[in-house]
Amino acid sequence: MTWAGSIFDTAGPPAERIARLAWFLIIVSAVTYLLVLVATGMAMRRARARRARGELADARPETGKRLTRNVAIAAIATTLLLLVFVTATALTNKAIAWPLNAQQPLTIEVTGNQWWWQFRYRDSVPSNWLTTSNELHIPVGRPVRVILLSNDVIHSFWIPELHGKQDVIPGHRNTTWIQADRPGAWKARCAEFCGLQHAKMAFDVVAESPAQFDRWYESQLASAQPPTDSSAKHGHDVFMQRTCIMCHAISGTEAGSSVGPELTHIASRPSIAAGTLPNTRENLGRWILNPQLIKPGVRMPPNALPPAEMNALLDYLETLK
Amino acid sequence: MSAQPLPAERAVETDPNSIASVHARLEPVWRNGPGLWGWLTSVNHKSIALRSILTAFAFFAIAGVEAALMRVQLARPENSFMGPDRYNQLFTTHGSAMMFLFAVPVVQSVALYFVPIMIGTRNVAFPRLNAFGYWTYLIGGLLLFAGLFTNTGPDQGWFSYVPLAGPGFSPGKRVDIWAQMITFTEIAAIVAAIEVIVTVFKQRAPGMSLNRVPLFVWAMVVMSFMVLVAMPYVATASAMLAMDRLIATQFFNYAEGGDALLWQHLFWFFAHPEVYIIFIPALGMVSAIVATFSRRPVFGYTALVLALVAIGFLSFGLWVHHMFATPLTQTGQSFFTAASAMIAIPTGVTIFCWIATIWSGRPRFDTPMLYVVGFIALFVIGGLSGLFLASVPVDLQLTDTFFLPGHIHYVLLGGMVFPLFGALHYWFPKVTGRMMSERLGKVSFWLLFVGVNVTFFPQLLLGMAGMPRRVYTYLADTGWGGLNLTSSIGAGLLAIGLLVLVFNIARSLAAGPPAGADPWGGETLEWAISSPAPDYNFAYIPIVHGRSALWADTGELDAVTGLREDRREVLQTTMLDAEPDSRHEHPDPTIVPLLAALAVGVGLISGIFDPMGFAVGGVLTLIALAAWGWPQKTKPNTHEIVEVPK
Repeated sequence: MTWAGSIFDTAGPPAERIARLAWFLIIVSAVTYLLVLVATGMAMRRARARRARGELADARPETGKRLTRNVAIAAIATTLLLLVFVTATALTNKAIAWPLNAQQPLTIEVTGNQWWWQFRYRDSVPSNWLTTSNELHIPVGRPVRVILLSNDVIHSFWIPELHGKQDVIPGHRNTTWIQADRPGAWKARCAEFCGLQHAKMAFDVVAESPAQFDRWYESQLASAQPPTDSSAKHGHDVFMQRTCIMCHAISGTEAGSSVGPELTHIASRPSIAAGTLPNTRENLGRWILNPQLIKPGVRMPPNALPPAEMNALLDYLETLK
Repeated sequence: MSAQPLPAERAVETDPNSIASVHARLEPVWRNGPGLWGWLTSVNHKSIALRSILTAFAFFAIAGVEAALMRVQLARPENSFMGPDRYNQLFTTHGSAMMFLFAVPVVQSVALYFVPIMIGTRNVAFPRLNAFGYWTYLIGGLLLFAGLFTNTGPDQGWFSYVPLAGPGFSPGKRVDIWAQMITFTEIAAIVAAIEVIVTVFKQRAPGMSLNRVPLFVWAMVVMSFMVLVAMPYVATASAMLAMDRLIATQFFNYAEGGDALLWQHLFWFFAHPEVYIIFIPALGMVSAIVATFSRRPVFGYTALVLALVAIGFLSFGLWVHHMFATPLTQTGQSFFTAASAMIAIPTGVTIFCWIATIWSGRPRFDTPMLYVVGFIALFVIGGLSGLFLASVPVDLQLTDTFFLPGHIHYVLLGGMVFPLFGALHYWFPKVTGRMMSERLGKVSFWLLFVGVNVTFFPQLLLGMAGMPRRVYTYLADTGWGGLNLTSSIGAGLLAIGLLVLVFNIARSLAAGPPAGADPWGGETLEWAISSPAPDYNFAYIPIVHGRSALWADTGELDAVTGLREDRREVLQTTMLDAEPDSRHEHPDPTIVPLLAALAVGVGLISGIFDPMGFAVGGVLTLIALAAWGWPQKTKPNTHEIVEVPK
């Protein structure tokens, strides 16, 4: 079964090992369940037959002995099965641990916020550190160490195609790791209830070849280009003079707040509203106008911009590739 | 036609020791007072347990309607039936009410109703405390739903993870209401546990040594000990949460040296055993039903008792498997995986023993027994899906997805509600004196059985498909719509099944055929007395000669004489062998337990709004307790000796 988005739609080593263990459990459970049902059914049939013959309950000592033996066998079989289960679990758990001999790992610091994600790519050269929001790119074949931090409440970091989840806990530095073995684009969702918009706290994951990844990384490191056409210039002024600047950052400009997602390359992202709304001009306009209609409770206030300003702002945001 | 009076009638006039004349003397002493005042002052264990069961089912109904509303919302993607705020209040109060206001109180109430009868005594050990427990439970439940209906319902999840539930992220009174509801229900749960333990250890009928105690009673004793150990943790945790919120302590604030994970450890150290606190009584109910309908004592009595105790112990070693996604070492994870697997062994043994009982018995498959078979078929799915969550790697994928609601509902509906409904059909005749309709019983059974599977199996699949739980909506492109719609249709089946059950109860109450004392040919002592049971339970305290009190070959029950009949008196026996020890006078009806509960209520509820409220409530409670403990004159003693016929 490769059900898109499911835990069996695997694209990396930990998820692969876990899916195998899950299949093993499914088969073992199905067989066990069948055995219990058959035993219950046989007991019922036997007893019905006795009733039909008008006999009383079977209280003979030899029956008691047989039953004791059978119950003991069933209990021992259960115990053995559970030993296999515990062993398989421990082995898989060991196999999915961080590979200590990992070559050139990438380190990404993930910060959970109500209700969006921030990613900081670490590098030995500080000027190469990169901050993005709600979109995670990783190179295929390279292990990624993920450090999980929270700015507010507990969230949970989960890309089902790559690995199980790890909680993002304020005051704790939890870690996990992922590795994609094939290119792909997936949706990751917050998995720990975190308040009003837990349902709409997702992000896009893109796994691409190392060369593509490097190109993406370079492009993301670049500051925003100053707008050239007049409408976009007007939009830039709207952004800097209205409330936008109070929460969002665009590198290369005076906007530097980290309250909300950073927007330096917003136009290159597939979605907005933390991975829950396709990034189109129309959606972006609706979102800026009144995000509360789309994501009730979201921290961003409505912005009743006059149509001219809104158009200019959208023109500007579209230049942020 | 004969004009001669029937022997029983004649006996009233002539024989002072006949059941009828004993009844005439005991009934006025033990019955509740008349009218509303009598209702408020009752200290009779059956009256209180019955109203507690009805209260629990009322909360069950409200929480069930909440579930139905949530299934309407999730039936299709991006549904606009309700917004996130309403949805979060609904799922929080659904979970909280089902766990704290339905599941635990209802099994404890069934215990408080039947344990005293099954062990052959006239009331629970502390009748006024018992009444106090009920009133605090009622106040706590009303508080929660008063919050919900005024749009102040808790919305942080029944597990109240901090910091989301803390003062910074949940301003207002919603979480405080939740925390105080916990305090109320924990008081009630601990009170009920003490009642069960002391009643069983000190008031068993002579001859009922510990190795003759019915399995149902054993299950309730094990559950009660678990309550005593587990509940103080959540009461402590919720008090710490309330203090963080109300008087700015910093237990869970990492910025001040507190810790968010501390809450999780405290909460799950309670909440994992909680599931078994709910489940073990169900095992007791199943044991009672299986024995009666298989026409033989349950196979493997000793193994079953040991299994119950083992489950009780092991359930305290599993809590960390709720936290596998938090920072933990691999060794720690493996330990809790192994502990979680281990509990499957005693649980398996109980199921094997019942199958063996049916195998060697001569079963009738009336509705109660159908529920037992349904229990096996559903609970085993719940148990096996639990293996997925005990296995660390698979749990990391499935935890906090829809697999969880699927699993927990198989466990709780299959493992607890089905046995409870079986017990309802089984003991309804004893409580009401009337039989329920078998045909309607079977209709509702099948609706519920199919409904559980149609509702919750898709949820197991949704979890594997990657759908997180506790979401008020999901996008269309996820592909989760079909399974969600199926699940919602299943919820409709469940609702219809429950309505048929309610109709069956109502019709049987009004027009069910009279049951008589022992409609099923039962094994345990409750079937020795008339239906409904008299206020004093037993005219004479019976003497027990074996494990199956009513299936022994001794003909009539032997009985104890010598208890006073002009005051509420019970026989106390020794702990291990149940040899007659002393007579004990029980209190008459009194309003004090209600007043004490109200005083506690004033303190806990007004404390939400002003810390001074705790002080006011504390003083009021002290006054109520003084009234409670005020010395009373005992009625002059006329009898001296307890006779045990040899």
